[in-house]
Amino acid sequence: MSVDEATVRKIARLARIKVKDEEVAPLAKELSHILGWIEQLDSVDTASVAPLASTVNAKLPWRKDIIDDGGYPEKVLANAPEGVQGFFAVPKVVE
Amino acid sequence: MGDLTDLTIADARAGLRKGAFSAKELAEAHIRAIEAARPLNAFITETPERALAMAAESDARRKGGKGGDVGIPLDGIPLAIKDLFCTLGVRTTAASHILDGFTPPYESTVTAKLWRAGAVMLGKTNLDEFAMGSSNVTSYFGAVENPWRRRGDNRPLVPGGSSGGSAAAVAARLALGATGTDTGGSIRQPAAFCGVVGLKPTYGRCSRWGIVAFASSLDQAGPMTRTVRDAAIMLGAMAGHDPKDSTSVDVPVPDYEAALGQSLKGLKVGIPKEYRVDGMPAEIERLWQQGLVWLRAAGAEPVEVLLPHTKYALPAYYIIAPAEASSNLARYDGVRFGLRVPGEDLIDMYENTRGEGFGREVRRRVMIGTYVLSAGYYDAYYLKAQRVRALILRDFTEAFKTVDVILAPSTPSAAFAMGEKMDDPIAMYLNDVFTVPANLAGLPGISVPAGLSAEGLPLGLQLVGRAFDEATVLRAAAAIEDAANFDARPGFVAEGA
Repeated sequence: MSVDEATVRKIARLARIKVKDEEVAPLAKELSHILGWIEQLDSVDTASVAPLASTVNAKLPWRKDIIDDGGYPEKVLANAPEGVQGFFAVPKVVE
Repeated sequence: MGDLTDLTIADARAGLRKGAFSAKELAEAHIRAIEAARPLNAFITETPERALAMAAESDARRKGGKGGDVGIPLDGIPLAIKDLFCTLGVRTTAASHILDGFTPPYESTVTAKLWRAGAVMLGKTNLDEFAMGSSNVTSYFGAVENPWRRRGDNRPLVPGGSSGGSAAAVAARLALGATGTDTGGSIRQPAAFCGVVGLKPTYGRCSRWGIVAFASSLDQAGPMTRTVRDAAIMLGAMAGHDPKDSTSVDVPVPDYEAALGQSLKGLKVGIPKEYRVDGMPAEIERLWQQGLVWLRAAGAEPVEVLLPHTKYALPAYYIIAPAEASSNLARYDGVRFGLRVPGEDLIDMYENTRGEGFGREVRRRVMIGTYVLSAGYYDAYYLKAQRVRALILRDFTEAFKTVDVILAPSTPSAAFAMGEKMDDPIAMYLNDVFTVPANLAGLPGISVPAGLSAEGLPLGLQLVGRAFDEATVLRAAAAIEDAANFDARPGFVAEGA
């Protein structure tokens, strides 16, 4: 699978990563190279194999649906680049 | 008193119990060693004040008659912590620019357990950015230098990665032990490159809570030490069920140290011929055979096993790990913590922050992960890789019906020079060819220093065991350690005293 420059721009957009114009062509080459190498998996017959997402078989445990933590907004916001009146602040998104 | 930085954890524990030296003296010796070793760049953050305060508490406990007994197995032992573990009130970076200024308001479960066990924190060690790398060159805080050099060659070598700072710190006698994390070999490969012991426990053995996530179905924390016994001691303190990690498994933690003395008589050791890869140096092959001879002499019985899907482990890993990473790293958006780079609007701010905050390898992996999860490619790449992962696990499950442990090299080469293998990402990925399968299958694996290359660099042997059978892995590793009698020292060893 060859990744073209338009695809690089599309992936970068989906990943929310700004890519400089001069980086697009080298990235297309690198990603194509890696994906080409990965394609050797096509030679493995997996028709009758279920996908494995985790090696831990146990059913995910349930916890009680109660509040047992929290109540410290100042601690939660302490690392935020911008916090206003107990909220995370972001650039304006509505006019 | 001897050199306090040269002790094993077991010896230091005995010395502290006897009162031969204090935890304060032990911490001070290591703090001096760390200062002297700054050219290695093994630490991102040194925490000498924290270390001295924790050592003083340890000494006070001992004076009060409460130290060093059951429940406080690491009382006064100075450790280094990979800077991927969140530490309360101490900057945590994941070696990334994007976590600028992040100081966790909480402590990871594994480090909390170590402090409850009495351990003393020396600082946070350098790593590949977000643990993505095999050479420690992708750190935003600069590369780590391996304390070893090739004979007659003064070029600096990589320590391996991603836990390269931890491996270098333990090898150079800057800490008695260190924590690492292993997603595709990030404990075992740097341990092999630096001549120390590195243990990746079974997936689910140690809690992942509070560890910066890379690939959640593969990540596992483990100890890096100078002896197998020390790894057993540290693992005992790190392991255990944690309700805060839903994948942490609620099974008893055995006494790993007690397992070490047991005989290998009747133990079946699997030799997977698929690990004999093209272009593997003859000295690695010889070391592997030597390992088998040592285990046989200790009473074990070698058995050929088949792991037919081994060659597909690495390409499957390079779909699964980036896919999980692209999802995990979505949280770094300039809103809740870390770096924010302003933009024209919200999305522009996200893109600027992530474009500047992530380094080249992290950007590359997040983009591959985004691609293989995107509409139209999910089945062809991601599900395909998960199906191959199932086959790799099945290979191991079959093999472990006839053997108790599998012996293989840890890495296909010794440590390489900075600048080598840097142009082609796949050449770098191939470092993990022998370590990745254990991550995909969730199995415990250890690297033990077993000999030196012709160039005078350490080489490791790897043992992989059944799920939750770290005890057998450690027992077999101890037999290799005894037989190998690895007493070579790196060129750079900081003197603590």
